[in-house]
Amino acid sequence: MTIPGAPGLPTRRFTGRSGSSADRLFRTSTGIAAVTMAGLILAIGLMLLVNSGEAFRQFGVGFVTGTTWDPVAGIYDALPYIVGTLLSSAIALAIAAPIGLLTAIFLAELAPRRVALPLTFLIELLAAIPSVVFGLWGVFVLSPFLGATLEPFLIRTLGWIPIFAGPSYGIGLFSAGIILAIMILPTIVAIAREVISSVPDSQREAMAALGATRWEIVRRAVLPFARSGIVGAIILGLGRALGETMAVTMVIGNGQNIPTRLFDQAQTIASKIATTFNEASIGLQTSSLIALGLMLLVITISLNVVARLLVRRVATEGGR
Amino acid sequence: MATLTPVMDRPVAARLVRSPADRRRATVDRSMRGLALAAAIACVIPLGAVVLFVTLKGAAGLNLDLLTKAPRALGTGGGAASAILGSLQMIPLATVVAVPVGVLAAVYVNEFSGRRSATAIRFAADVLVGIPSILVGIFVFTFLVLPFKQFNAFAGSMALALLMVPVIMRTTEEILRLVPSTLREASLALGVPMWRTVLSVVLRTGLTGILTGVMLAVARAFGETAPLLFTALGSRLVNVGDFAKPMDALPIFIYVNARQPFPALNQQAWGAALLLLIVVLAINILVRARSWGRRAA
Amino acid sequence: MTLQIDAPPPPEAAPPEAVPPEAPESGASESGPALVTTYLRGPDVQLAPAARGERREVDAAVVVSGLNVYYGSFRAIRDIGLSIRRHAVTAIIGPSGCGKSTFLRTLNRMHELTPTARVEGSVLLDGIDIMAPDVDPVQLRRVVGMVFQRPNPFPTMSIHDNVAAGLRLTGRVAKAELDAVVERSLRRAALWDEVKDKLRANGTSLSGGQQQRLCIARALAVDPEVILMDEPASALDPVATLRIEQLMAELRASYTIVIVTHNMQQAARVSDETAFFTMGEDRAGYLVEQGPTSQIFTNPKHQLTEDYVSGRFG
Repeated sequence: MTIPGAPGLPTRRFTGRSGSSADRLFRTSTGIAAVTMAGLILAIGLMLLVNSGEAFRQFGVGFVTGTTWDPVAGIYDALPYIVGTLLSSAIALAIAAPIGLLTAIFLAELAPRRVALPLTFLIELLAAIPSVVFGLWGVFVLSPFLGATLEPFLIRTLGWIPIFAGPSYGIGLFSAGIILAIMILPTIVAIAREVISSVPDSQREAMAALGATRWEIVRRAVLPFARSGIVGAIILGLGRALGETMAVTMVIGNGQNIPTRLFDQAQTIASKIATTFNEASIGLQTSSLIALGLMLLVITISLNVVARLLVRRVATEGGR
Repeated sequence: MATLTPVMDRPVAARLVRSPADRRRATVDRSMRGLALAAAIACVIPLGAVVLFVTLKGAAGLNLDLLTKAPRALGTGGGAASAILGSLQMIPLATVVAVPVGVLAAVYVNEFSGRRSATAIRFAADVLVGIPSILVGIFVFTFLVLPFKQFNAFAGSMALALLMVPVIMRTTEEILRLVPSTLREASLALGVPMWRTVLSVVLRTGLTGILTGVMLAVARAFGETAPLLFTALGSRLVNVGDFAKPMDALPIFIYVNARQPFPALNQQAWGAALLLLIVVLAINILVRARSWGRRAA
Repeated sequence: MTLQIDAPPPPEAAPPEAVPPEAPESGASESGPALVTTYLRGPDVQLAPAARGERREVDAAVVVSGLNVYYGSFRAIRDIGLSIRRHAVTAIIGPSGCGKSTFLRTLNRMHELTPTARVEGSVLLDGIDIMAPDVDPVQLRRVVGMVFQRPNPFPTMSIHDNVAAGLRLTGRVAKAELDAVVERSLRRAALWDEVKDKLRANGTSLSGGQQQRLCIARALAVDPEVILMDEPASALDPVATLRIEQLMAELRASYTIVIVTHNMQQAARVSDETAFFTMGEDRAGYLVEQGPTSQIFTNPKHQLTEDYVSGRFG
């Protein structure tokens, strides 16, 4: 691709009112396209809000505190799925955040260029693998493997702690957490790497000149400077984990109760919607599912907004 | 001014020798660097494992039957023709809808809008990319399935289009920002109307970049399952051209067959997964290799 | 360009074949202050007759010989040999791109942060070759500190923590001792009176000149022998620049200071010794001549130096 000209210079916009009607038409249609796209978020939110009204009116606060999902009795409560979502994402984050951050540090600070470039490329490819492929791999490879090796081991050694108690099925909360960790790693690595790279060299040099080792430069100069952006990267990863559907649906085991142990089968909000929505009878049950969706939307959008503001803050500080 | 006598009057040679504390620091340094390397390797292992297993298990399932035969309505056997044809119909339609919206929105942001609304629209696109795709499925279901009481491929296409628009918009917009204003001015000075200037000069200049964005969006659409579950639904029948009826797609085919208790159907899921992986990775590698080549140079 | 010093008499140009480059002669002994012959060197350099055989004995803290720096296959500086006087200010001057900063950064091996950089030659610090593989650059940088072109305090740290940053690297230090070192360093950097009431304030809340003095205090806190300053006042206004220059005059009683500057008046004001670098046809920088500052500015031995300090070029 060849693009002549100087990047970074602001391009001059067509600001003046131009006369011809063709021009006005064109201009208006681009505006409509832009507004349509931006309006979609609003439309999605509004739709979920309106259609979840029935469930919220019926159950009130009980919707988020109750534990029953019984189509026969007509009672639909969200707590087991909220807990399942939070726990699976927490497991994912506990694994992916440290590994992702260390990898980003490795790529941005430690690895020679000829190693860092292809590795970054590979990790970006990991992000492109479809969720359903991860799910398939999770069901037939990862879960059986965990069920045969790591889970029995953890039960044997840590089983006296209630949350590590057996039995394990391979499929369950733990598997879902691991597959989510794998899926959000690229997000965390890519953004954290970019944030770390945007830390000005003068910060590294200042710490190096005081007699800091390579790691101390990272730990005491680079990471504090990039802190908010790294938090942003991790939150974006969390947002992705909370909303991830297919792979989780395939490995979490569709348990209907609140999981109390690591290896329990569980259900997340997204997996509950995926497995139930088509069979739900229109009315209170779909409304309850949509209410679940609304909660998911509110959480993921808020996390996204917060995360992007944090990441942007480092970028502008780095530009100083 | 305070006194200027040195604090520690030790000879340089003594100061260059590592103290036990310094040796400890060096050890920490080495360990942490090793740990970072290990983390990077741990990041790549799942990628290797997924690609490896999908290739090994999929190679056995990816055969002519899978590519050409329709699934059997009952029992095992057959192939993924319904899914392949479905994906090949829904994605082009989605692309045809998403490209103009995404590109025009990018043109608006880059050429016409004020700084503040440009930031807002960009932000909206970023947030839209982050919305769980299953919610997009519910959204489209409400407007394009529920009123007709019929799952249909058109709704599936629209759900995919919705996911493609922000990706296309963001990549296009970033490319358009690089088009120098002198090109615009030259064209306008020749008396070319603004709309033609944008279409034939600005967009032409950024064409390769825009195509990159479109291809990445297409790759994403190929793998999306969740938004299709409540829209196109999936089907065991080959559906060519009837967008008012349910239609199968590769990711739905994988999802459904992975849940069947028959190894033969699981095998088909692996085969379809290999096909999907090849398509998605090929697009990504082709498109990204170009930009990476530039970055490395 | 006019200088506030007497115009130098025009030097006699020497025929090229008349003067072979003299061999470097670095006689640093293993103990005690080294007595070193200052010498003039550079393959393309025509030496003025007066330079030949002249010997001047100085107490050198650093003796550089045969120093080449490469970035990949590009040679950035060529065959530098010079000595840096103890407890004095040595200014490195020369046109931009002649490798002044590159040279400075090799003196505490900061060049190793650049992946492609490579060094040949030796740099003796009190007789110890700091380029030797068994010298740890991490240790070295505590002995040879550095102040940079733009003030670069750590924005997430308070004024106090900025100064304490170097000490904290080596482990836990008692609070009282830490506070004492912070105060002493800030006093030496002539910043104490301005910040003593707001040590907990963020380092970036200070003015540019104060920030640079904070960075100097930060460097002083680890008690270096040598302080490298890379155009330390180039980002500052004249008043702040003057403060830094006064500070250097005070610090040289206890520290060996090397300053890179593109500002000749500044070099003339602050330094005791001056080394003039320029760039050869291969774009590699080299040393033209070194000598007492007054001599370099009033009576340089080399035509190139003469041209540079009198503002002639081309």
